[in-house]
Amino acid sequence: MTTQTTKETREAATVPPPGAAPANKVPQGHRRLLTRRDRLALGLMAGLPTILHIALVWVTALASVALAFTTWDGIGFDSIKWVGLENFKQLFNDNPQFWPAVQHNVVWFVVLIVIPTPLGLFLAVQLDKRIRFSRVYQTAFFLPVVLSMAVIGFVWQLVYNPDTGLINSLIGANEPGKYIDWIGDPDLNLWAILVAASWRHTGYMMILYLAGLKGVDPSLREASALDGANEWQTFKNVIFPTLRPTNTVVLVVTIIEALRAFDLVFVFNKGAQGTELLSILVTNNIIGESSRIGYGSAIAVVLLLISLVVIIPYLIATFRKERRA
Amino acid sequence: MSTGTLALKKRAPVRPARILLHLFLAGAALAWLAPLAWAILAALRPYAETSEKGYVSWPDSLSFDNFTNAFTQSDMSHYFVNTMIIAVPAVLLTLFLSSMVAFYVSRFDFRLNLALLLVFTAGNLLPQQVIITPLYRMYLLIDIPGITMSGKLYDSALGLVLIHVAFQSGFCAFVLSNYMRTLPHELTEAALVDGASVWRQYWQIVLPLCRPAMAALATLLSIWIYNDFFWALVLISTGENMPITSALNNLSGAYFTDPNLVAAGALLTAIPTLIVYFVLQRQFVSGLTLGANKG
Repeated sequence: MTTQTTKETREAATVPPPGAAPANKVPQGHRRLLTRRDRLALGLMAGLPTILHIALVWVTALASVALAFTTWDGIGFDSIKWVGLENFKQLFNDNPQFWPAVQHNVVWFVVLIVIPTPLGLFLAVQLDKRIRFSRVYQTAFFLPVVLSMAVIGFVWQLVYNPDTGLINSLIGANEPGKYIDWIGDPDLNLWAILVAASWRHTGYMMILYLAGLKGVDPSLREASALDGANEWQTFKNVIFPTLRPTNTVVLVVTIIEALRAFDLVFVFNKGAQGTELLSILVTNNIIGESSRIGYGSAIAVVLLLISLVVIIPYLIATFRKERRA
Repeated sequence: MSTGTLALKKRAPVRPARILLHLFLAGAALAWLAPLAWAILAALRPYAETSEKGYVSWPDSLSFDNFTNAFTQSDMSHYFVNTMIIAVPAVLLTLFLSSMVAFYVSRFDFRLNLALLLVFTAGNLLPQQVIITPLYRMYLLIDIPGITMSGKLYDSALGLVLIHVAFQSGFCAFVLSNYMRTLPHELTEAALVDGASVWRQYWQIVLPLCRPAMAALATLLSIWIYNDFFWALVLISTGENMPITSALNNLSGAYFTDPNLVAAGALLTAIPTLIVYFVLQRQFVSGLTLGANKG
């Protein structure tokens, strides 16, 4: 007890104006009570995870940015050469896959936000009506979210197989001459994959909206019913506006999913002919034969910049709220 | 007024609209399960039969032969073990490390802790491909003799564990710090006055109170890490060392002429996640919404 008091006074002496009465601020009081060993422990507790996270995530992200302005074959550091914007120029002007990939990422987002997201919301609203068997329905729609994207890719390949697949078998297109090649046809394959992606996304959105709907104050519904509003009016004017925080999360999650899309496409056709994505182009530079590190990094930087446009405003909004709380 | 309230509280009577809704939901749910049902049906039938009669046909015989063949021929038990070697330490380490960061950020008011949390959260939102090229090079450069066959971080379980921990701790730190912030400050203050060290406050007071959030995150993390395809695809080169999801990719390449066998393999891969989900459904869903409704 006595040692702590002395520590407290010594620490307090380092805080310049004693009249500022820091004692009212509880958390700062904590700080003054800490022993040297506590400080060391805290430093380690926060430091080790931070070092790991920064080294593997942020240092590599920054390294991507730096490497994007160089050429490097990966053999020895002395082969790294500064080339300025050369990689980006090549990427924007000469790479036949780049603009289609950007376009496909955009299409991916638009499809996810226009089809499975409202569908998930619709299902959530229906299931929120304290309906019988709600759990059973929920599980059916949610099941795909539990599966790995790779497994989803395999399952849908079975559905789309031209010869043996469910769709062609049902519509009689599984005979020579009538084949519809869902996976191989560059005009079809992106849409075929997006059906599989939407299959998963709907369940994910449904759960997020169900959680959001649980937070809606029941008295709002009652008031609206008493005012004689019908179901649609209640939803549009009362329920939906209160789902604003959920909508923000849904928007961010959907954009990020569209930028991260990879596994499904890779399993389907490795992103060839019609299904190029930015993530696929980056990965091809690593696992393909050609290892053009600078060039691959330039694509990664494009992906990073698009991501930051979403991540930064979202974090600012989230953390501003947090600081107020 | 009071009758209106009462009517809302009772379960709605059976109305035509309700029946219609049930019909719609049941139909939609069945349609939703159709791709999985199709895979199951294919996996239960021998390839010889389906290639002769077509896939949309009445099955003569159903058996688990494809499942047993997929399991034995492709050495799946070996890949399941590989996944466990990666997933178990990764989940435990992620929870341990991120809970310490969360404790630091939420219980002590240091100047930088908001920035710290921001760094963690933002890191988790980046697409993996943004960091993969330098990471891959880094893993090739780092020697860890004796622990792995390659002698490098590349192509090792340790390498995968590290990147999973680094990447996922962003999400967990955020969720746990929010959770810890709701715990009353008096708890640790009392302990502090009694002379409990910071470590004891964390380990004996705060951490046990976080059990519900930890359970939810553990469920979520095990499914995510088990399902990982990308990190293993790029950072593991030897077939021997692959976890189950990327091994499945090889299996489908080798047996693409027998879709029934591939279907069985894919379904076998999904079984552990389905079990985790059905047993720990509540934790899984609450974990997902705990983090996602952070806005």
